[in-house]
Amino acid sequence: MMSSWLDYTINGLIVGNVYALVAVGLALIFGVSRLINFAQGSIYLVGAYIGWVAVVQLHTPLPLTIIIVAAASALVGLIIERFGLRPLQNSVRIAPLLATIGISFVLDQLVMLTFSPNPRALPSQLPDVRFQVGGGTIGPLDLLIAGVGLTSALLLFVFLRYSKLGWAVRATAQDRDAAMQMGVDVNRVNQAVFGIAAALGGVSGLLVGMYYNQIDTAMSLQATLKGVVAEVVGGAGNVPGAVIGSLLLGLVESYGVAVFGTSYRNLFAFLLLVVVLVLRPNGLFASARQGPPEPLTGTFIAPSRPVRIPRWALLVAAAIFAILPFFPVSFYVLQTMINAWLLGMLALSLTLVAGTIGQVSLGHAALLAIGAYTSALLSLTFSAPVGVAIIGGGLMSAALGTALISPSFRLRGHYVSIATLAIGEIVSLVILNWESVTRGPIGISGIPPLSLFGYELVSPTSIYWFSFIVMVVLALLQARLLGSHLGRSFRAIRDDDIAARAYGLSLNRYKSLAFIFGGFAAGISGGIAAHLYSYINHETFNTQQSILALTVVILGGLGNVVGAIVGAVALVGLPEVFRVAAEYRILIYGIVLLLLVRFRPQGLLGTM
Amino acid sequence: MMMSAPEPLLTLSDLNTFYGQAQVHFDLSITVARGHIVCLLGGNASGKSTTMKIILGLVKPRSGDVTFDGASLLGLTTPQIVRRGIASVPEARRLFADMSVRENILMGAFVRNDRDAVAQDLDKMLTLFPKLGQRLSQRAGSLSGGEQQMVAMARALMSRPRMIVMDEPTMGLSPLYVDRVLELIRTINQEGVSVFMVEQNASLALEIAHEAYVLQTGKIVLSGSARTLKDDPRIRDAYLGGSEAA
Repeated sequence: MMSSWLDYTINGLIVGNVYALVAVGLALIFGVSRLINFAQGSIYLVGAYIGWVAVVQLHTPLPLTIIIVAAASALVGLIIERFGLRPLQNSVRIAPLLATIGISFVLDQLVMLTFSPNPRALPSQLPDVRFQVGGGTIGPLDLLIAGVGLTSALLLFVFLRYSKLGWAVRATAQDRDAAMQMGVDVNRVNQAVFGIAAALGGVSGLLVGMYYNQIDTAMSLQATLKGVVAEVVGGAGNVPGAVIGSLLLGLVESYGVAVFGTSYRNLFAFLLLVVVLVLRPNGLFASARQGPPEPLTGTFIAPSRPVRIPRWALLVAAAIFAILPFFPVSFYVLQTMINAWLLGMLALSLTLVAGTIGQVSLGHAALLAIGAYTSALLSLTFSAPVGVAIIGGGLMSAALGTALISPSFRLRGHYVSIATLAIGEIVSLVILNWESVTRGPIGISGIPPLSLFGYELVSPTSIYWFSFIVMVVLALLQARLLGSHLGRSFRAIRDDDIAARAYGLSLNRYKSLAFIFGGFAAGISGGIAAHLYSYINHETFNTQQSILALTVVILGGLGNVVGAIVGAVALVGLPEVFRVAAEYRILIYGIVLLLLVRFRPQGLLGTM
Repeated sequence: MMMSAPEPLLTLSDLNTFYGQAQVHFDLSITVARGHIVCLLGGNASGKSTTMKIILGLVKPRSGDVTFDGASLLGLTTPQIVRRGIASVPEARRLFADMSVRENILMGAFVRNDRDAVAQDLDKMLTLFPKLGQRLSQRAGSLSGGEQQMVAMARALMSRPRMIVMDEPTMGLSPLYVDRVLELIRTINQEGVSVFMVEQNASLALEIAHEAYVLQTGKIVLSGSARTLKDDPRIRDAYLGGSEAA
């Protein structure tokens, strides 16, 4: 058995090397601009596909392939910095975060539209031999990856330690204003780190593609997630920490796979992240003198005056939507609107936690999944009436969602987003692996249709009314909540949690209350969806849905109840009305997000 | 002694500055003559630090002008302003805490490309601030407040500035270091560098300054030579009363 352990160790270190190439770039960018670059995985994806073009179509030799990939990826990085992020320099701090998410959507979709979503083989260009080392084996590609990793680390060290620009990068990372006062051009520094990060990320994508001899568009999100995990484990902004965090992550995953099996790989990655975030939010190697991450408060979300909509206008709009089924609309339109109402419920939930207490969640679809599975299992296993099962789903989402998120209550800003993203992934991975309860990858089929007091709701009209009424009730409750003293306390916490604490507000209690209410709404939405679809699995409620919900909420205006519903109708309804082909939709969401962040960060109806 | 009216090096004229709706400066005008030490006095929230930030281009005024050596600074970025010959000692030092003392001092010469002369200037700094010699490879963040102030001043001098702007250089220092810092400012000034400093500690600042301005909620309420201001009863009441005497 010794030999296989050595193999797992070698594999862990090789994979860790690949993660390091992504994580080091993230660390450089975070250091200089306090930004988690969620587009890093997309550059990795772009690098892999450029590599495919070079190898398969241009037949370039390996060294040239690497140079082409590094140069082209660096160019993409420079473009992202110049046109995507530099215009947001004086914007609120959530703006660049959202922009990188939008950019990643756009890049991923462009790659998918250009190359189709089908996986492609990326041959490694190296002889396929294995050498015996001790008890394990190692191949030329392993050595190449290790070599690229070590060379990059060395070059980076020399750059940061001995070049003038490298000094400027380090100085900017430590004190941006002071660096400017030394004459450092911060824009050039940003450009440099984005170029370097992108070059490393692109090469990483190329190497991974060769390692598995396969590339596909799903690589992007995975790479971002792994890079972020490694970076945060090593301490955000800490470049050597990112390398060590990556190797550690590679080993933890490799041993986890050795003991439990392949489907557990990611679960270990995200558990490592959550443990580190909870115990040492500054990373494993941070010194005690460092303060808590992101001590800045109040500026994360764009402040604005919400657009006041007269009550009669809301009533008229509600009435029109209520009688919509009486008009000669097609089945298809009703179906679309049902989806809008379900998304509206999720958006209500997200706008409460993100807009009102400032916890910008990137894993909100997990709450849908919890509600959906609970409701489906209650009705299937315990034959609970569907109405009861859905409420059970809402309650379970409220309870479990709040319990899962509670460890991250002491985090702020970007860190909340990372933690929620990880928790979202963990929920999906637990569903995948907990086969005795969730039926694992097979999913749950034959979920009974919606019914109320014994009457099955099968006609689209009745489902439409049902979901519409549920959403309106949730929206009214939420509006009531926000107008109360409790709502004001929520906003106080968002705007300045230190001041709020000084006034005696218990942050954990209020954050819990918000997540309980928000979790309930999202769980109800997931529960209804389960009975509507009659089949769900661990991928039904994915990160893409979380990001869609976030886009909806930003579009409507963070914290704005009416805005959440308007945003849902706009983003689900309009593409249907204009018959936009499905593959262009995500692209449009990404562009909408980018335009919003740039030109109207407070959303259509304004933040509350 | 030459007493001919010295020509102005830095002029702030009729500045009106806003943070959102709130006005910070009201028709603020200040002149720093070449070779002089000019001090801006004022309490908290009087707009002192904003004045510094305007000179350095970190904040832009809504109206008015800032000229240095006859040319306006308003359209320039902070790095461009630094290249014109203005160095800064920011409030609370703002050293690069995780870089070594040597690296911090050399960062001050970031705008220069004459490597040999920079190395010579580094040696010069070590004669001016002898204590830093033993500290060169230490993390800047591990130094005491007074030592950090020395590093910040050395760092500012490394760009061979024509003028240094300092934000509360004596804040938070032990009395021993306060005297040392003031002495150093005088030395720097005697070597031909003009100094514009923002201070709360009026009695100390007036010791070394040639001219001073008193800022109150964004307006200059008093100005003149340091000598006359020291005896001005209004200054005495506002700044020099009671505990300062110790």
